[in-house]
Amino acid sequence: MQEELFTSGRHIPNIDPSLQIWHWPIALYLFLGGLAAGILFFAALFYVLGKEKEYPAAVKIASIVPPIALSLGLLALVYDLTHPLYTWQLYTTFRIESPMSWGAWVLMIVTPLSFLWTFSYYRESYSKIESKLNLFKRFKFLKTFEQFIKTNRIYIAYALIPLSIILGVYTGILLSAFNARPLWNNAILGPLFLTSGLSTGAAAIILISKSVEERHMFGKIDLGLIIIELALIVHMIMGYYAGSQVQLEAMDLLVGGEFTLMFFGFVVLLGLLVPAILESIELLGYKVPVIVPALLVILGGLIFRFVMIEAGQLTRYLY
Amino acid sequence: MRYAMVIDTLKCVGCSDCVVACQTENNVPHGYCRDWITESVSGSYPKVELELKSERCNHCDNAPCVRCCPTGASHIVDGGIVLVTANECIGCGACIESCPYDARYQHPDGYVDKCTFCHHRLEKGQLPACVSVCPTKCMYFGDLDNPNSEVSQLLKNRNYKTLAPEAGTNPHVFYLI
Repeated sequence: MQEELFTSGRHIPNIDPSLQIWHWPIALYLFLGGLAAGILFFAALFYVLGKEKEYPAAVKIASIVPPIALSLGLLALVYDLTHPLYTWQLYTTFRIESPMSWGAWVLMIVTPLSFLWTFSYYRESYSKIESKLNLFKRFKFLKTFEQFIKTNRIYIAYALIPLSIILGVYTGILLSAFNARPLWNNAILGPLFLTSGLSTGAAAIILISKSVEERHMFGKIDLGLIIIELALIVHMIMGYYAGSQVQLEAMDLLVGGEFTLMFFGFVVLLGLLVPAILESIELLGYKVPVIVPALLVILGGLIFRFVMIEAGQLTRYLY
Repeated sequence: MRYAMVIDTLKCVGCSDCVVACQTENNVPHGYCRDWITESVSGSYPKVELELKSERCNHCDNAPCVRCCPTGASHIVDGGIVLVTANECIGCGACIESCPYDARYQHPDGYVDKCTFCHHRLEKGQLPACVSVCPTKCMYFGDLDNPNSEVSQLLKNRNYKTLAPEAGTNPHVFYLI
């Protein structure tokens, strides 16, 4: 019988137990980034298509979410840095090979644009808040500024469509660039995280929307995205099973290992299959409270990020 | 110029002198290491083999840590040595996640730290601290581009391996077997 055993590892007290250096802030940020990317994409897309009046939640009302989500996400990111006073160093250079550098620059552009987008609809969509705050009466220049953005809104929309896609893809590519973590080192994570982000964005719009037609439309979009996401997950698993030993070991964590319940139970079943079935039933004309599938999709997206961050850091090359 | 380290696993006794020398030379904080010893036993009794290895950053040609670094703090200098500039590092951890050898760690001061092949000693014409103290003289250091250097000759005449070559990093710490 051939046996191989390691009698000693490295025994470096402050390094080895804490090799899992990415914690909940990163997972939360990946979720918020994807959510913001999804909502911004739909807002910009339907604005460009001239459907502003038909889909008011997508274009106007839900646009309050991305600035908040991106701000919280950025706070979480900076909180996770161990040398945060040097964060500005991200903006002294652009490193084309580093997904994190891409992300830093895209966020630098998308976050202000998302604030401008929300601001341009603030008086129209949040008139109750404005009547209490009276911001536009107190600061006269806001009116001129609002007018300026309104006339240029179409350019912001054109910019946001590609930028939001880059933001959504980057949340996945960020992980797949690390060849030391076999579970992450898979190019399909880019499209998978983008689809998941768009899907959570559509679900958030369903939650916010008050129009039946709009909820119906986004129910259909979300259903399509869920089907694509399921297909991508199947491809991901197939890809790992056709991969090398380290990838097989990585997949064991999700299939049969300690993350099986989290992944198949919460992400695939509750986060994708159940909402897909509920949304299909609703499209067939039966009454389903849309809040249920929408919430499930959002929670599933959040858990998916946590599973990938936690499980990915357990996988490594052994030599 | 391409620096490389060659370590003879048949001569290494696992005394950890290289580890202590590195900690002293580079002021590595207590509880952290830039190099370490692994000990592995393989085979089945009574035919078992013991292998001792002194491991550290492999100063890869295709360094994933340098590729992933968003600020350029991780960079490669002359001789192929991978270094981190502390005041450009934001402590994001991308390089730690990307290293197949887990050779990097977050220094208590926040930045990411690792083996430098004792770059500051090389500039003075000295060998890395770990190599210079090894009591069994199992560690060799030199220029791979020079075919007559000790390291080139050892790799020419002996069997050797590198760690996790399948990670595609082209590591430059070689183990004689």
